[in-house]
Amino acid sequence: MWLKFEQRPEPSRVMTYLSPLLAVGLMFLSGMILFFVLGKSPVEGFKVFFMNPLKDMYGVAELFLKATPLMLCAVGLSVGFKANVWNIGAEGQLLIGALVGGGLALHFEGSNSPLLLPAMIVSGALGGMLWAAIPAFLRTRFNANEILTSLMLVYVAELLVSWAVHGPWKDPDGFNFPQTKMFGAKATLPILLAGTRLNLALLFALGALVVGWIFMNRSFMGYQMKVAGQAEFAGRYAGFSAKRSVWIGMLAGGAMAGVAGISEVAGPIGQITEHISPGYGFAAMIVAFVGRLSPIGIFFSSLLMALLYMGGEQAQQYLNLPSSISKVFQGMLLFFLLGSDVFINFRPRLVRRRK
Amino acid sequence: MPTHTSETPRLAIRGIRKVYPAVVANDGIDLTVMPGEIHAVLGENGAGKSTLMKVIYGVIRPDEGEILWEGHAVTIPNPAQARALGIGMVFQHFSLFETLSVVQNVALSIPGKLDLETLSKQIIEVSNRYGLPVDPRRLVHALSVGERQRVEIIRCLLQNPRLLILDEPTSVLTPQAVRKLFETLRQLAAEGVSILYISHKLDEIQELCHKATVLRGGKVTGTCNPAEETPQTMARMMIGVDLPACCHGEPDGGGELRLHIHGLSHATEDPFGTDLTDINLEVRGGEIVGIAGVSGNGQQELLRAISGEEPLTDKHAIHMCGVPVGRMNPAQRRGLGMCFVPEERLGRGAVPRLSLTENILLTAYRQGMLFAGLIRFGVAKRFAEECIKRFDVKCGGAGSEAKSLSGGNLQKFIVGREIMQEPRLLVLAQPTWGVDVGASSFIRQSVLDLRNSGTAILVISEELEELFEICDRIVVISKGTLSPSKVTSGTNVEEIGMWMSGLWPGARTQDGAHVA
Amino acid sequence: MGLTFISSILFATIVAGTPLIIVALGELITEKSGVLNLGAEGTMSVGAVAAFAVAHQTGSPLLGILAGMGAGMVMSLLFGISALTLMANQVASGLALSIFGVGLSAFIGKPYESVALASVEPIRIPLLHRIPVLGPALFEQQGLVYFSWLLIVAVAWFLYRSRSGLVLRAVGESPVSAHSIGYNVVRIRYQAVLFGGAMAGIGGAFLSVFYTPMWVEGMVAGRGWIALSLVVFATWRPGRVMIGAYLFGGCMIAQMFVQGSGARINIPSQFLSSLPYVATVLVLVLISRNRSTIRLNSPASLGQTFLRDA
Repeated sequence: MWLKFEQRPEPSRVMTYLSPLLAVGLMFLSGMILFFVLGKSPVEGFKVFFMNPLKDMYGVAELFLKATPLMLCAVGLSVGFKANVWNIGAEGQLLIGALVGGGLALHFEGSNSPLLLPAMIVSGALGGMLWAAIPAFLRTRFNANEILTSLMLVYVAELLVSWAVHGPWKDPDGFNFPQTKMFGAKATLPILLAGTRLNLALLFALGALVVGWIFMNRSFMGYQMKVAGQAEFAGRYAGFSAKRSVWIGMLAGGAMAGVAGISEVAGPIGQITEHISPGYGFAAMIVAFVGRLSPIGIFFSSLLMALLYMGGEQAQQYLNLPSSISKVFQGMLLFFLLGSDVFINFRPRLVRRRK
Repeated sequence: MPTHTSETPRLAIRGIRKVYPAVVANDGIDLTVMPGEIHAVLGENGAGKSTLMKVIYGVIRPDEGEILWEGHAVTIPNPAQARALGIGMVFQHFSLFETLSVVQNVALSIPGKLDLETLSKQIIEVSNRYGLPVDPRRLVHALSVGERQRVEIIRCLLQNPRLLILDEPTSVLTPQAVRKLFETLRQLAAEGVSILYISHKLDEIQELCHKATVLRGGKVTGTCNPAEETPQTMARMMIGVDLPACCHGEPDGGGELRLHIHGLSHATEDPFGTDLTDINLEVRGGEIVGIAGVSGNGQQELLRAISGEEPLTDKHAIHMCGVPVGRMNPAQRRGLGMCFVPEERLGRGAVPRLSLTENILLTAYRQGMLFAGLIRFGVAKRFAEECIKRFDVKCGGAGSEAKSLSGGNLQKFIVGREIMQEPRLLVLAQPTWGVDVGASSFIRQSVLDLRNSGTAILVISEELEELFEICDRIVVISKGTLSPSKVTSGTNVEEIGMWMSGLWPGARTQDGAHVA
Repeated sequence: MGLTFISSILFATIVAGTPLIIVALGELITEKSGVLNLGAEGTMSVGAVAAFAVAHQTGSPLLGILAGMGAGMVMSLLFGISALTLMANQVASGLALSIFGVGLSAFIGKPYESVALASVEPIRIPLLHRIPVLGPALFEQQGLVYFSWLLIVAVAWFLYRSRSGLVLRAVGESPVSAHSIGYNVVRIRYQAVLFGGAMAGIGGAFLSVFYTPMWVEGMVAGRGWIALSLVVFATWRPGRVMIGAYLFGGCMIAQMFVQGSGARINIPSQFLSSLPYVATVLVLVLISRNRSTIRLNSPASLGQTFLRDA
């Protein structure tokens, strides 16, 4: 007997929504196996990793705080992914957004203008777009693969940030630590929930989800992106510009990543350091896939991904495991999702092997 | 004709059944082929011919049924096993590799050590013996379609097959080349090779085959001796009813000039493509102009130039309704009243995984379906529903995915979508390719009706019969150049067939001289 | 600048280029079968940490290499299950492999972060290493350097002279045709993917056991991605992989020399460090400009899922 996959006449809608849940279930299961293998109690490990983070209001607020940049990046990326525009450099775009927006805060240090914060957000978005525009230009003008170029630019962005905080923007009173001065009150995002770190950026993220939903599901441009992604030649036949899809896909990702970046430095971090993002730009790709590239799905999957980050911290603290365990979980989740997706278009069948 | 009453059949199959999730492709099929017999398998698209041949060649495993090879029961788990038994197959869509040479392609289906030198010699030997000239060193992408077919046949013959399967072999050939192919096949049959000949062309089967098995809806509906039948009786076996005829009406012909191509030359970006040279063509309102030709002679490139999918550098090379459109994209050209039905339905004419309503939006969005950049889904849905009704598209409603429709119904949907936009110029590529007889005649009738209402229509097709049936004028494309046009009633298949090899009066031959 | 200096630059360039050659050739074979595996970065990372751990435990660099190779194959098997058996999108599967591999290597490698490994003595090729300038640069190298040269010849021979290589190219060109004349597309692609994984694992092992030799989280530092770019740069031809790899090696070494030389140049070190990445982008642009070169040389089915029984 062996397992055979048989093509379904029509893709299963039920499985489209069930497959992410299946993937999450498999991740929980293999997580517990992993804890067991590492000599920890699986139940205890599960509790520490997945339940501890949410045991109080502060934890829930932290969950949304960490989900915010993921939501922003993922909704931006999903626009491109729908059109087969593979921007995998959101991490770099996030950093440049933080750098440009944060630079504004440093330049207007001490300013009391209510316009400073909005200007920072806008310039953060522009910074991210600028960084995303490079691969977009190289792809549309020179046909250079955007996967590789956007990824290379992540390393360049990291080095740029490093240069800024080691060099010209280093806080002179900072005991030579590689970081800038703390931003002033007028350059910091207001807190939404007193006693927590949850800030206004969450509302940007929720707004982005709504705008993203309207764009992808109701606008003609969103429809064109979908066509470009599913059937390139149909898009060309209809006369939809492939280059425009690339530009919109890249810029949407860049803008949202840029907002995420500035929201981090103008939010929980409060200054530019070398450690602005624990890989949010990469994790956001998983968020986008697990969320089925739909804003509603992204909302939930970003919360899950935030939980994985927090679980990693908890595991480090209470189980004496490296916090990088959360990246292991992230990778597993994506693998399980890709695997489970086979059931959308195929149904498994046990067949007897013939001679 | 060989007599073989007392012999063991070369191949006998009993009760072959193959079920796919959506369709029963083969439903208890029996078939017997004698040594040296040319046996036709006849049927419409979707009748199950290709599935049956793939079962015999080991590409597909049947769910039920048995295969007897020269009297012995066998299972054929894969094509290598089929070849070892002595079965060779020439595919309809060739299974050749573009970037490899002829000899490398042949080597891939011959087991054993890689010795290209010896193999090249064998190829030349076989090609001389059966009149199939081909150069073993050439890369496949540089070959014409006819040459590619020769490579496929030679690849089979090198293994001394005792049964040769040919799937729709003549659809890519000129009438003259078809005759040559028949000579080769008769020679093979005389040497004792059995041939399974799959086709839907009744006249060819009458001319060539000793016996015919007719399939319909996955079942055998009859066997006959084609020589004793008429095309009408075989057609009735094949489709169950009499062949429908088209109602023509009088062509107008004197209408306004809607498409004017003038001195169009275009070097394609595709390294495997054909360059277009000095193309001139006029299509007026109220007439149907057909472009005949063997595939791969620049049809794709010309279509992309006309549709705007590959814009030109010279904006004056093409005029539509008096406007120079050379540099416009397809959407802009549609704005002038052009509509276009492409050859590939899934993936070009329609997006497989989108609903019919969403597929309406692909080209018909100008019909009031947009407001401030947002989609008015209600309008699109009504348009889709009307298209389904008017063009008799069998589907689960406007919400079903394009992928779920049969080839014929999807083609009716796409043709309907384009016609309902009331085009001033309609371009159709292979409008009835792979479509069943009923849908074909419906589509042809719709096109004729549209012409009678004054639209200018350009049809590109590899089916000569189709062009002769609906066109008012015919031109021929060969090696990227276009022949002068002929009024259909003033020419015949012979002449157009000759032109398809590039031999029309005044044609430029390769060395630049003119044909007298 | 003396001859010794030139010799040592050449030496260092070859060392820096070696892992790129090995990984890129593995990926080249994978891509020739029509499979785009973007997981090289993750596979290298896991290969590096596995090799380091085993070399550290056993004291045998050779066992380390084998461990790296084995780990690379296991990683690529994950990719194969996802992209070949379960027919998931190749781009997404490759990204998953990279994210997972980088995370996993950091996780496994935590205990080894403060451990050092004894450096391995080079292998001197008799006589040849006495050649002035070239001798010390070319023929006093680690075994894997010689392996990388052999690999180029072997891969070129395999692709253009052997029957299996012809089949591999055929599968990458048109899996449907290959299937219809009886080749098992999925099995052949699995073999190509596993080979790619093995080479990426060895490339990672070279970094952690011979090059640095130590383990630090993130030490692969984009080399997996650069190797992927090299395949494009080489337009899928093995000989050109070597040229590209040494160009990049030279680029990395040049910036290190400038930084280390203490020369009074006013360029921040970060700008120099970003050179290899910027160079990668430039190289991609230069090669990709000519669409028909790409079209003629890249496997036609690259990145497309093959559906059996369809």
